[in-house]
Amino acid sequence: MSKKKIISNEQRESVIVRTISRIMIPFIQLFGLYVIIHGETSPGGGFQGGVIMGTSIILLAIVFDLEEAERRISRKSLTALMSFGLLIYSGIGVLDMLSGGKYLEYTKLPLPLPAHEISTLSMLGVEIGIGITVMAVIILLFFYMVGDQNAT
Amino acid sequence: MPLEWILSKYNYWISAALMLIGFYTMISKKNFIKKIIGMNIFQTAIILFYISISDIENRAAPILVAGKSDYVNPLPHVLMLTAIVVGVSTTAVALSLIMKIYKEYGTIEEDKLLEVR
Amino acid sequence: MIRIFSIVSLILVGIVFIYVVDDMPDFGDPKNPTNNEIYERYVNKSFEETGAPNMVTAILASYRGYDTLGETTVIFTAGMAIILLFKRWKDE
Repeated sequence: MSKKKIISNEQRESVIVRTISRIMIPFIQLFGLYVIIHGETSPGGGFQGGVIMGTSIILLAIVFDLEEAERRISRKSLTALMSFGLLIYSGIGVLDMLSGGKYLEYTKLPLPLPAHEISTLSMLGVEIGIGITVMAVIILLFFYMVGDQNAT
Repeated sequence: MPLEWILSKYNYWISAALMLIGFYTMISKKNFIKKIIGMNIFQTAIILFYISISDIENRAAPILVAGKSDYVNPLPHVLMLTAIVVGVSTTAVALSLIMKIYKEYGTIEEDKLLEVR
Repeated sequence: MIRIFSIVSLILVGIVFIYVVDDMPDFGDPKNPTNNEIYERYVNKSFEETGAPNMVTAILASYRGYDTLGETTVIFTAGMAIILLFKRWKDE
């Protein structure tokens, strides 16, 4: 299967676009992490932060090319991440059941903290799970749709 | 027609207009991509409707800040966060199905597809 | 033909919408029926019960955790559908 590149080497984006996006991508990812982790205290949360993290990789795939982006994060690992995020979420629910509460009843976890702080910590874990799932699905959507266009 | 009656409910008028635009696009256009666009406009109208019924005059966004005690209703925001994400998922699956249809039949016009079959 | 049909149904739905909007409360009205005791509970109690100042996240992740779990499953299912549609299987 010979892959034809969408953007050949001559038609690449200009030097300015490439340099600026190479500088900006780490900051976009940092901002995505900030939005996920500060979901409890400020506007934000798992969905929004996950989409921001996903767009950083999509920017990489647009400005450079798809193979460059897939070398950074492969389709196989994205599929694993997608399942792993959902596993974190439902795993927290199962942990609550094992420690004597109902499913997703956070305050029953056996930690040496007051009840509302246990709840905040569990919510942070849940948000991280959601963020991982959303990020992986957004990148996978782009990879599969554009890669399918590429191969024909 | 009293102007007050229109202006005091302007959010509902805007979301009703968006809803009608989306409805018309969905039932009258033959192109699948245009149908998806209509579906998204319809969905935006519903999101706007829910967010606007949560608003209360002169109250802050639902994040606790020292020195404020009045907040708008946070529940519609949560429900619409869910709705936005589900909308993204349905749009993605619909668009990929359209890509597959185009590859198989070479067209995404509804009437031509019915002939092919 | 379909254009006439859609314009007629558009007008019918539009007339229904005018009657519906007439019954709605004003924009920003504090007596809006959505501001009932559930709203009071979320605004007054959510910080001491969940410890998160952002009420939207508190409801999303704590009070309505099942809802969000289902929503994450929806995204996961969309990703699986995309993979099933586009992946090149070996025996093809």
